[in-house]
Amino acid sequence: MNRIAVTSEGPSLDDQVDPRFGRAAGFVVVDLETMETQYIDNGQSQVMAQGAGIQAAELVARAGVSCLLTGSVGPKAFQALAAAGIKVGQNLEGLTVREAVARFKSGQVEIAQAANRAGR
Amino acid sequence: MIVAVASGKGGTGKTTVAASLATIWDGPVLGVDLDVEEPNLHLFLHPAIAGSEIAHMTVPTVDEAKCTYCGACSELCQFKAISVFNQVILTFPEMCHSCGGCMAICPEKAISPGQRELGEISWGRAGGVGFLAGRLRIGEAMSPPLMRRVKARLEQMLAAAGGDAIIDAPPGVSCPAVNAVMDSEVILLVTEPTPFGVYDFKLAWEAFTPLGKPMGAVINRAGLGNDAIYRFCQEKGLPILAEIPYDRAIAEAYSRGRIIADLSPGLKETFVTLRDKIRDLAKPSQPRAAAHA
Repeated sequence: MNRIAVTSEGPSLDDQVDPRFGRAAGFVVVDLETMETQYIDNGQSQVMAQGAGIQAAELVARAGVSCLLTGSVGPKAFQALAAAGIKVGQNLEGLTVREAVARFKSGQVEIAQAANRAGR
Repeated sequence: MIVAVASGKGGTGKTTVAASLATIWDGPVLGVDLDVEEPNLHLFLHPAIAGSEIAHMTVPTVDEAKCTYCGACSELCQFKAISVFNQVILTFPEMCHSCGGCMAICPEKAISPGQRELGEISWGRAGGVGFLAGRLRIGEAMSPPLMRRVKARLEQMLAAAGGDAIIDAPPGVSCPAVNAVMDSEVILLVTEPTPFGVYDFKLAWEAFTPLGKPMGAVINRAGLGNDAIYRFCQEKGLPILAEIPYDRAIAEAYSRGRIIADLSPGLKETFVTLRDKIRDLAKPSQPRAAAHA
């Protein structure tokens, strides 16, 4: 079973990729073989004064995904995702979740070596 | 007596007033720079620094050999300063508020106290005026922990040598500003009669009024702007303790790091009168609260 998480503005494959990771509305977890989805709400991270990225990383780590697709990841969240063994594909804002997953499946998403956002 | 010189708006003349007040004070006095994010009182008092120390706060250090990755610390921490991911535990020392909860809750006793550097505390003398200041480490996000260390040293210095203290507070109305004024006996709010000055002055008045301390206003650059600040003070019953004129000679002296009370007999008199009015305002003296922000 190979599952990936995509930051999303809503629960379905046709929602837009949320450009933020820590303060994303939620995560659509996609099984790459069956394309079955599961939605994880990220509301509890959105309201945090600080540490949203770290908490979001805990949430996706708990979902048991191998990779995360999103717009931007900050340095602490990147460190946390790396610790959890989750690969990160960035700069996918402007696509739907379905399009982002398709791009990942076709091997066109580069795995990031570092965060693409400055810390706060 | 501890006098806190505060303001809503930055750049209204807190340091100018604090430095002049300290210089004309009768009796032992300490000038204390609690604007640790951008300390500048030393630029006016020109103190000879006698000593300094690096201040730290406690943050968690994890002994991974003992950690079972149970996640109790991670679940407890409201600031995500410690986090467990499967078989990995991470600490983010810069997020830590030093509550000690992770160390207390860890069933394996795997977490011990480490340190995060907050900044530097220095002290010395400028002629007859004692000097104490904090300087936040570049990159440190929280100033109240360092401010608390500076205030603890202030308590020690006052206990040892007696006298009064004049605190140069940070601007604004958030935690650092409240932290700087909450242990004082009198709060001076320095403002200027401009729309920005008045707007931020109102915020400061609202923020500090619940502390229940005697407060007075100092109007700097008097003659500029309009009379809204005077009307507000009258409406709230807030005494205007001094007015400093809007004057090029004052700006020039300031830009050279001079004490403006030394500029003319009239200005000296302004600050001497201010000092006496602060003393009057402080009576009847209230017991100092032991609380810390």
